[in-house]
Amino acid sequence: MLKNKYDVVVVGGGPAGSMAAWEVAKGGVSVCMLEKDRDIGYPVRCGEAVGESGLRQFVEIEDSWIAEKITSVKLVSPNLTSVDIDFAAETGYILNRRIFDYDLSRYAANAGAEVYTKAYVKNVLANNGQTNGVVLDYLGEEKQIQAKIVIGADGLTSRVGRWAGLKTLVRMKDMESAVQYSVSNVDIEPNKMIMYIGMNHAPGGYIWVFPKGKKFANIGIGISGKYSKHKSAQKYLDEFMDREYPDAAILTTMCGGVPCAKPMEKPVANGIMLVGDAAHQINPMTGGGIVAGMKGGWIAGQVAAEAIQNDDYSEKGLLEYPKRMRKDFGKNHERFYKIKESTEKLTNEELDSIAEKVLSIPHDKRTLTSVFKAAVFKKPTLIIDVLKVFAGV
Amino acid sequence: MINIRENRCDYCGVCVSVCPVDCIEVREYSIEIDHPVCIDCDLCVEICPIEVLETHAQE
Repeated sequence: MLKNKYDVVVVGGGPAGSMAAWEVAKGGVSVCMLEKDRDIGYPVRCGEAVGESGLRQFVEIEDSWIAEKITSVKLVSPNLTSVDIDFAAETGYILNRRIFDYDLSRYAANAGAEVYTKAYVKNVLANNGQTNGVVLDYLGEEKQIQAKIVIGADGLTSRVGRWAGLKTLVRMKDMESAVQYSVSNVDIEPNKMIMYIGMNHAPGGYIWVFPKGKKFANIGIGISGKYSKHKSAQKYLDEFMDREYPDAAILTTMCGGVPCAKPMEKPVANGIMLVGDAAHQINPMTGGGIVAGMKGGWIAGQVAAEAIQNDDYSEKGLLEYPKRMRKDFGKNHERFYKIKESTEKLTNEELDSIAEKVLSIPHDKRTLTSVFKAAVFKKPTLIIDVLKVFAGV
Repeated sequence: MINIRENRCDYCGVCVSVCPVDCIEVREYSIEIDHPVCIDCDLCVEICPIEVLETHAQE
């Protein structure tokens, strides 16, 4: 039964929240995870693509999580020139997030974390600038929970961080407006993800086609908030569907936002830590956030458990979390952000000419390295940027 | 004044994430705007991927 006091409260039951709760519980510290929805893992708001090595850092990969194994990518330029590139070493997956998220929360629960659904956190409690609990609606009743540390894993809305005074707001140009259809009755090559780029397809983003088994796929779009004023993401996606997959049956429509921003400078304050989308732990170039969010939850959970044991939940103590994140990720996030900014400036014509050039390399020789070598002759700086995008897929 | 066409809404919360005055509340199956707090900046209207929100000219 939900108690009124825990050492750590985790707000949000996605992968970042579950990883955090799991690590805190493993540290022998009392923790509860509060999910606002009825289910962990549903509704899914994700393209569900993830790299195998990234995932394997944390968990043994279960067959039931995998909808499709991905071994190559097709990149389609604005004039529909398409380039296939096989992954050299890395394998990717399209997950069933519904099952995956559920299992992660089970791991946390089995380690001793308490998990509650239909628990909507509506404010944080604080005393002298120290966050020390949450206010929530749970099963029709308002409750308060005291906690030494609150971990905000509440996704892109990240109100927990805002209430605690952290700067979580994302600039419009860095917020991707996204919508995805899960579709059936589409003919799609297996094991290959497709990405459409260019201003005509998805300004400041891309359209993705991620296969999920026979004749089934996630087809979605993200466009920059800078361009969403006059034409919505869904309008772009519907034009695309009419052109490419007119016979598709749309079984689900799901929306979301993807903060493709610089890393948050300070995802902690006295008694509070943010993880996952709430802390903008997303590769700003690809919009992928599963592994980054899990890493954030994993490290934050460990730091939180140590903080409880050391009886220090001040901002100063919790700063160990972003410090360890930086040590792990290095400058990658910053670098990806820079590449995102420079590739966004490419015109449709430039993207088409790059695609043409890459096509002249025979398919079996078209590893990322050989593409890189050939392309460098054409437009050195531009090509480097684009290939970095390819490499990050 | 922002108008919510709630029967279109997926409750994803992207509007909440860009609101500079934190006047939108999205729960599992509800969305509400605190109109007296709202500054009519229309960022939520712009970012919504499925055109749930619209600017409603005041009389």
